[in-house]
Amino acid sequence: MIGLSAYLTLAALVFSIGLFGVLTRRNAVGILLGIELMLNAVNINLVAFARFSGNVTGLVFTLFTIAITVAEVAVGLAIVIAIFRVRRTVEADRLDLLRG
Amino acid sequence: MAPSIGLPLAVLALPFIAFVLLAVAAPLRRAGRAAGLVSILTMALAFAAALTVWARGLVFEATWTWIPADGGPIASVGLMVDSLSQAMLVLVTLVSLLVQIYSLAYLHDEPPASLGRYYTYQSLFAFSMLGLVLAPGFLQMFIFWELVGLCSYLLIGYWYERPAAARAAVKAFWITKLGDVGFIIGIVLLWSATGTFEFTELFDKAQSVSGLPLIMFLIYLGAVGKSAQFPLHVWLPDAMEGPTPVSALIHAATMVTAGVFMVTRAEPLFALVPEVLTLIAWVGAFTALLAATMACVEGDIKRVLAYSTVSQLGYMMAAAGAGAAQAGFLHLLTHGLFKALLFLAAGAVIHAVGTNDVFRMGGLFRAMPHTGIVFIVGTLALAGVPPLAGFFSKEAVLGGVWEAHLTGPFLMLALTALLTAFYMFRVVFIAFFGRAHAGGHPHEAPWLMRGPLWILALLTVLVGLRLAAGGLAAGGVEGHEEAPGWLAPLSVGLALAGFLLAWAMYQRGVIEPARVATALGPLDFMARRRYGLDTLYAGLYRGIMLGFSRLIGWIDRYLVDGLLNVLSALTLRAGARLRGIQSGKAQDYVYGVAFGVLLLIVWAQLWR
Amino acid sequence: MRPLLPELSIITWAPFVGALLIMFTARHRPRAVRWIAAVTTGISAVLSIHVYAAYDYETAGFQFYEKLPLVPPLGISYELGADGISLLMLLLTSIIIVAGVFASWTVQVRSQEFYALLLALVTGVYGVFVSLDLFVLFLFYELAVLPMYLLIGIWGSTGEVRPRGVFAWAFRETGVGTKEYAAMKLTLYLLFGSAFILVGIFALYVNAGATSFSFLDFEASAFPRGLQRWVFLAFYVGFGILAGIWPLHTWSPDGHASAPTAVSMLHAGVLMKLGAYGVVRVGMGLLPEGAADLAWLVGTIACVNIVYGALSSMAQTDLKYVIAYSSVSHMGLVMLGAATLTEPGLNGSVFQMFAHGVMTGLFFALVGLVYEKTHSREIFKMSGFGKAMPGIATAFTIGGLSSLGLPATAGFVAELLTFLGAWRSAHRWWLFAAVAGTFLTAVYVLRVAKQIFWGPPAHAFHHLEDARGPEWVALIVLVFVLVLFGMVPGLAIAPVGTATVPLLSRIVSP
Repeated sequence: MIGLSAYLTLAALVFSIGLFGVLTRRNAVGILLGIELMLNAVNINLVAFARFSGNVTGLVFTLFTIAITVAEVAVGLAIVIAIFRVRRTVEADRLDLLRG
Repeated sequence: MAPSIGLPLAVLALPFIAFVLLAVAAPLRRAGRAAGLVSILTMALAFAAALTVWARGLVFEATWTWIPADGGPIASVGLMVDSLSQAMLVLVTLVSLLVQIYSLAYLHDEPPASLGRYYTYQSLFAFSMLGLVLAPGFLQMFIFWELVGLCSYLLIGYWYERPAAARAAVKAFWITKLGDVGFIIGIVLLWSATGTFEFTELFDKAQSVSGLPLIMFLIYLGAVGKSAQFPLHVWLPDAMEGPTPVSALIHAATMVTAGVFMVTRAEPLFALVPEVLTLIAWVGAFTALLAATMACVEGDIKRVLAYSTVSQLGYMMAAAGAGAAQAGFLHLLTHGLFKALLFLAAGAVIHAVGTNDVFRMGGLFRAMPHTGIVFIVGTLALAGVPPLAGFFSKEAVLGGVWEAHLTGPFLMLALTALLTAFYMFRVVFIAFFGRAHAGGHPHEAPWLMRGPLWILALLTVLVGLRLAAGGLAAGGVEGHEEAPGWLAPLSVGLALAGFLLAWAMYQRGVIEPARVATALGPLDFMARRRYGLDTLYAGLYRGIMLGFSRLIGWIDRYLVDGLLNVLSALTLRAGARLRGIQSGKAQDYVYGVAFGVLLLIVWAQLWR
Repeated sequence: MRPLLPELSIITWAPFVGALLIMFTARHRPRAVRWIAAVTTGISAVLSIHVYAAYDYETAGFQFYEKLPLVPPLGISYELGADGISLLMLLLTSIIIVAGVFASWTVQVRSQEFYALLLALVTGVYGVFVSLDLFVLFLFYELAVLPMYLLIGIWGSTGEVRPRGVFAWAFRETGVGTKEYAAMKLTLYLLFGSAFILVGIFALYVNAGATSFSFLDFEASAFPRGLQRWVFLAFYVGFGILAGIWPLHTWSPDGHASAPTAVSMLHAGVLMKLGAYGVVRVGMGLLPEGAADLAWLVGTIACVNIVYGALSSMAQTDLKYVIAYSSVSHMGLVMLGAATLTEPGLNGSVFQMFAHGVMTGLFFALVGLVYEKTHSREIFKMSGFGKAMPGIATAFTIGGLSSLGLPATAGFVAELLTFLGAWRSAHRWWLFAAVAGTFLTAVYVLRVAKQIFWGPPAHAFHHLEDARGPEWVALIVLVFVLVLFGMVPGLAIAPVGTATVPLLSRIVSP
C-alpha cells in the first residue's frame, strides 16, 4: 500500500521540476509548461488528500482547477503569440520592458 | 445733526465727484481740456462752498462708523469744522482752483489723454487734502495723509517717461512712507491706550496715557516725512521734477504743510509732552537753517524755491514746537499764498525761457514785467518785508520762539531770515535784472496764467494789510502774547541785510560770489553736495536694503530651498541605486519569490 | 425649516457639473468650453453674493445648513453650512474664478482639459469652505490640491534657476526651475501637509469618542490640553504649508511662477487662503487651548514670513517671483492677525485673506497679460510700458498700492486691523515686524512698477498693446472689489465679526 507521503513526495517533485522549468527556461512556452507542472503538482496533492481523508471536496476542486488551467493556458499562449507578433521573439530575457 | 453739514460735505464731495467722473468716464478724460474744465468747475463750486463755510464761521463735528466691531465701532470717519479747518478749506480750494486754471495754459502742449490724467490726479488731490483738513480723528487724517502722498507720487511722476521724474516720485513716496511708519505705529499705540482715534476724545483721555512722549514722538515722525523736516527733507527738492503747478500746489502750499497742520491740530496732545515739543522746535529751526544754506548755492530756480519751502516749513514747525502753534499756522496760511505765487511765477518764467537754470536767465524783468512784479511781491513777502503777509507771520513765529526761551532755535531762525532774503534776491537779481542772454525771446505768459498770479499777489498784499490793520488776531492767532518791541526792527533789519548782500554780490558785483564761496569753503562744499544726505540715503538703500534683500533672496533660494533640493536629490539617488534590482524579467522575480519561500521553510524548520 | 434651494451645494457643484459638461459635450468647441465655464462659475458667483446678502447677522452661526449621511456606521456625512468667515471666502473664490476664467480666455493648448481641471479644482475649494464634516472637508481639500499637478505640469512655463552654492549639485539633479519640478514640488509639499491634517482629524475623532466627523460635534466636545497642543501643531503644519509658512514656503514661489495665469490667480488668491482658513476654522475653532498655547509660535513665524518674504521679493528679477514672494509676505500678515487672538487682529486676518486674494489675483492676471504681450518676465529688461498699456499700468499700480496698504484699498483696512490686534496681543513687538513689512512692500512694489511701466520705453519690445475684451472684465472686477472693500470695510467686517467673536470667546475664556 502506497502511503500519503509517497503522493506528497511525488507532488513535491513535480512542483520542483515545474519551478525549475519556470526559472530556467528561456522560451516563454517552456515557462508556461513549467507553470502547468506546478499546477498539476497541486492537483496531485488535492486528489491525494481527498482520497485519504474520504472527503470528495478535493476531487471537485481538482476538476475546477483542471478546467481553469485549460483556460489559463489558452490565455497564456494567446499572450505569448501576441508578444511574438510584436517583438518577433518569445525569449523571456528580452522581455524586460518593466526594467526600472 | 446740524443742517449746515451740507456745505462742508459739498466742499469734500465736489472734487471727489470730479475725480470719479474723470476716472471712470474714459472718453471725457481723454478729451483733455474738457476734463480740465470739469475739474475746474467743480473746484470753483467747492471754493465757493468753502468761502461760505468760512464766512459763516460754521463749527461742528459729525462722524459715521467706518470699521464696525462687536463693542462699538473701531474706527469712524467724519467731518470736523472749526477755525483751523475753515482757514485750510479756503486756502486749499483757492490754491487748487488757481493752480488748475493756470495749468490749463501751462500744460497747453500736452497730449489730451495726459492732460486728462493730470486733472484726474488734481481732483483726487483736492479731495484728499480736503479730507485731511476735515479729519476729526487721527485715523481719517492718516487715510488722507497717505492719499495726498499718493497724489504727490503720481503728479511728481506725471512725466513718467523721464527717468529723473520716475526716480523722484518713488523717492518721495519712500521717504514720506518712512515717516508714516512712525505715524501709524504712534496711532496704533495711542488707540491701544485710549481706545479711540477721535481728537476730542483723545484730548480728554490723553493725560492718563503712559508713554505719551514716545507715542507723540512717533506721530511727529509722520510730520517729519511729510513736512520735509531734517533728516527726511531730501525728497522735496527732487519732487521738483513734477510740473511746476504741481510744485506750487502740493509741494509748497498744501500737502507739505500737512505735517504742520497735524501738529497744530493735535496741539493739546503735544502740549502734554514738552520734551517732544522742544525737539520739534530744534529740528524745525535746524531744518530752516540747513535748507536756507542749500538754497543759497542752488542754481535751479525751482530747487531754490523748494529749499525755501523746506526752510519755511522748519519755521512753522519751530513755532509749533515753541508752543506757538497758532503762529506757525498763520505762517502756513500766508506762506501758502506767497509760495504758490512764487512757484507759479517761476513756472511762467520757465515756460518762457525753457530752462530751470537761473544762470541762463537774465534781464527778464523787461521781457515779462507782470511776472517780474508778482515775483518780487512774493519775494518781499517771503523775505518778511512789511506790510506784506509774510512779515507778520514770520514775526509771530520768531516772537513765539523767543517767548518759549528757545534761544538756540531763535538764533538759527534769525540767521535763516537773513539768508532767506539773500537767496531770494539773489534769484531776483540774477534772473530778472542781470544781463539778458542772447538767443530766445522770452515773452509774457498768457492771461490764463497771469490771472492766478495777480490774484495771489493781490491776496498777499491784502492779507498783509489786513494783518497790519487788525493785528495778529485777525489771522486767527488767539491768545498770543505781544512780542518784544525790538523784534519787528530786527526782522526787517535782517531782511534788509540779506537784500543788501544779494544786491552787492549779484547786482553791483562789489563782492565776488566766488571769493565768498572760497572763504566759506567747507560750508559751500557741503551745501552744494546737500550735506551728503542724498548720498547717504542712496547708500543705505543700495548697500543695506538691496544688499540685505539679495542676501535673503540667496539664502532662500540656495539654503532653505537648497536643503529641500538636497533631500529630493538624495531620494532620487537612492531610487537610482535601488532600480537596479528591478530587472524587468519575470523570471528574476520568480527567483526572488522562490528563494524567499525557501528561506521561510528553512527558517520554520530551524525554529521548531 | 428647509430652504428652498440647497444654495451651498449648488455653489459647490455647479463648477463640477461645468467640468463634466466641458469634457463630454464641448469636444473641439473652444468657444463653448469658455461659455460653459463662464456660466457655471457665474451661477456660483451669483449664488455666493446671494447667500452673502441673505445671511442673518442676528442669529449668526452656521446657516444654509444641509446634511446627507454618507457612511452612517463611521458617522461620515455630507454636511454643509456657512458662517461669516466662510461667506467671505466663498465670495472671494467666486470673484477670483470668474476673473480667472476671463483672464485665461486666450489659452490655446488643450483648453478643454484646462478648463475642466480648473473647474474641478474650484469645486474642491468651495467644498472646503462650506464643509462641516471634517472627513468630507479633507476630501474636498485633496480635490483642490491634486488638479494643480496637471495644470502646472501641462500648461505651466519653465523658468531658469542657476545652480549655485554648496547645494548646486542637488539643483542640477532635481531640475529646479522646470515646470515639472514646480508641479512635483507643490504637490508633494501639499500632500505632505495633508498627511498631518489627516492624522489630526483622526486623533480628534478617536479622542472625542464621537460617532461622527461633524465639526459641530467636535466643537461641543472638550479635548485634553496636551492633546490639543500637538493636534493644533499638526493642523498648523498641515494647513500652514498651504498658507506658505516659513520655512515650508518654497513650493509657493516656484509653483506660482511656473503656473499658467488663471492657476496662479486661483492658487495664490484662494488656495493659500484655504490653508489659513484651515488653521483658523479647524485649528483655532476646535482646539482653543492648543491655539492659545501655541499662538507665540504662529505669530513669530508669521513675522518671519512678513519680513523675509518682503526682502526675498525685493531680490527677485523675475516678475512672477516678485508677486509670489509678496504672497509669502502677505500670508504672514494673515497668520499674524490670527495669532494675535484679538478681535481686530482676527477680523484683520480674515479681511486680509480676502484682500490679498483679490489683490494677488489681480497681480497674476496682470503679469499674465504682460507676459503674453512681451514673452518676458525679466523685470530689468522691461521699461516704459505705461505708454503702450496704460490700463494695465493703472491696474498694477492700484494692486500695488493695496499691497503696500494704501488707504481706500482693501489692503489698508486689513493691515490696520492687524496692527491694532498685534499691539493688543501678548507679544507687542509683532507690530514692528508687521509695519516694517508694509514699508518693505512699498519699496519693492513701487520699484517694480517704476521699472516696468515708467521710464523711457524699452526698444526690445514692439507692438505692445493694452488689455482687450474679456481681459478687461477680469481687471475691472478685481480693481472694483479692491477699492469697494477698502472704502466700505463694513461690508466684510460685519459678517466676519459674527463668526470671529464667538470663536475668540472660546479661546480667551475656555
